[in-house]
Amino acid sequence: MRIEAQNLGWREIVQGVSCEIRPGETFGLVGPNGSGKSTLLRLLAGLMPRAAGEVRLDGVPLAQLSRRQIAQRVALVEQFADTGEALSVRDAVELGRTPWLSPLSPFGPEDTQIVERALAAVGMEEMAARAWATLSGGERQRVHIARALAQEPRVLILDEPTNHLDIHHQLALLGLVAGLPVTVVMALHDLNQAMMCDRLGVMSEGRMVACGPPAEVLTTDTLARIFRVRAQPMIDPSDGSTLFRFLPMEPSP
Amino acid sequence: MTRRAALSALAVPVLAHAGLGAVLLALAVLVGVTIGEVALPLGLVGDLLAVKLLGAERALDPIDAGILWSYRLPRTLVAAACGAGLALSGVVLQALVRNALADPYLLGVSAGAGAGAVAVTLLGLGGGAIGLSAGAFGGAASAFLIVALLAKAAGGGPAQLVLAGIAGSQLFNALTSFFIAKSANAEQARGLMFWLLGNLSGVRWPDVSLALPVVGLGFLVCLAHVRPLDAFSFGSGAAASLGIAVRRVQLVLIAAVTLMTATLVSLVGSIGFVGLVIPHAMRFLVGPRHARLIPASALAGAVFLIAADIASRVLIPGQVVPIGVVTALVGAPGFALILIRNRRRS
Repeated sequence: MRIEAQNLGWREIVQGVSCEIRPGETFGLVGPNGSGKSTLLRLLAGLMPRAAGEVRLDGVPLAQLSRRQIAQRVALVEQFADTGEALSVRDAVELGRTPWLSPLSPFGPEDTQIVERALAAVGMEEMAARAWATLSGGERQRVHIARALAQEPRVLILDEPTNHLDIHHQLALLGLVAGLPVTVVMALHDLNQAMMCDRLGVMSEGRMVACGPPAEVLTTDTLARIFRVRAQPMIDPSDGSTLFRFLPMEPSP
Repeated sequence: MTRRAALSALAVPVLAHAGLGAVLLALAVLVGVTIGEVALPLGLVGDLLAVKLLGAERALDPIDAGILWSYRLPRTLVAAACGAGLALSGVVLQALVRNALADPYLLGVSAGAGAGAVAVTLLGLGGGAIGLSAGAFGGAASAFLIVALLAKAAGGGPAQLVLAGIAGSQLFNALTSFFIAKSANAEQARGLMFWLLGNLSGVRWPDVSLALPVVGLGFLVCLAHVRPLDAFSFGSGAAASLGIAVRRVQLVLIAAVTLMTATLVSLVGSIGFVGLVIPHAMRFLVGPRHARLIPASALAGAVFLIAADIASRVLIPGQVVPIGVVTALVGAPGFALILIRNRRRS
């Protein structure tokens, strides 16, 4: 699904962001803390009240779709979503079917299959009966992603999905996301992980200051200017890919 | 299997559970009408219903039949409606504000309804049961609004909400006392204080015809929203991203809760702890999903309040204990348990 954002804004947090995300691509959003990444993701999901600008999904403005129609197309995984209810892992993933159900079309066998597939995709099928309260941070994150997958979205929006995950699950998750037949937009903290996205948008102080393939966008100059680090590009001889080693900026005289 | 097949596959267990619930409720009502200062034989209930509903001719003791038809039956039916309505209000408020301690009594909605009803009674605004209920609705809605705004201004945390609820309750209880001190004579004051503690002894058939439709409507509204209520488990932001029209759902459900609470308070006074303890007990029994929790809580609330009403009649021979006192005697320890369990969880 193609996402076009035109002049998106919300208060002072996000200002005048325009970008186009192509069908099926994995689009990464990077930027320092407080640069507006989370708010921009919520704007793309149509969740901010009184937002400026317009978002179009395959040419249809979000404003013309109901909340339910949006949720059938776009799934969002936010950070820190928690519950005090004694839900099981399966209960939490089943919530993802909400936009597809109504009193006259109850939860059926197809929905069960979709939930099973979503649990398997994040490797949680063995833990389906576990109580939410007993899960680690990483397990909760995987359940949230399974819930989003159960929504069968065509756009998956993830806010720092690799937070709380150990390195094995970080790589597994990024591999999973890259292999999904949907458009993915995700905020990422780890710039080396961001290098594996198809394209990147760089946020700084509420504006998108650069947008394009990682190698073009993440230059040593940009990294110094926006992220205030000295970046040393290195080539992995096994496959020729570029890695960064980050060093503190030399103190200005 | 298609959607239609899934729907019909679901119909069998749903109907079975609904049938079981109806039988349990009927049994509770049956027990409720026969126990009391004058014990009535079960056979009388059958005979009376045959006479009243089917037009059969039976020889009935006119005094016993009068007690049963004019006092016990309406009282027990209103107790059931009241218990169901308060338990439903508790479930809905707990889900919407994501706070285990939310209930119409603790959030000041009952106090607001009481103040509104007393204002109508004493200041002569409007009149009759409908005027009273309208006053209670106005009071309950303003109490909810004030408490919600105060909680938000105080930072919006779960503790702030409960504290705002206390402030709201105190304010509206003070208003009630003020209205009574200002306008009521000694006789009225005594009656109002007794009513405010929760009292079913004045209940007659017109009260039934107000309570049952309102709670029935509230129950249907809650049933229609079981999925949105589930979707609030991870907060209103998560509910929105699951396709829930958050504002509309909140408005409809809070209106239903306010209407039920206000109607019930205007009929029987403010009865505490039902909305708190019953939903928690039911979460323990049937789990947190609202498709089960809503009907289970409505049924358990109804049965619980019928039992509390029986206790209020037989606890002290020759005297009626206000039902609010009975529910508080059971509910306050239950409340303590919830507090302790919550601490363990966090």
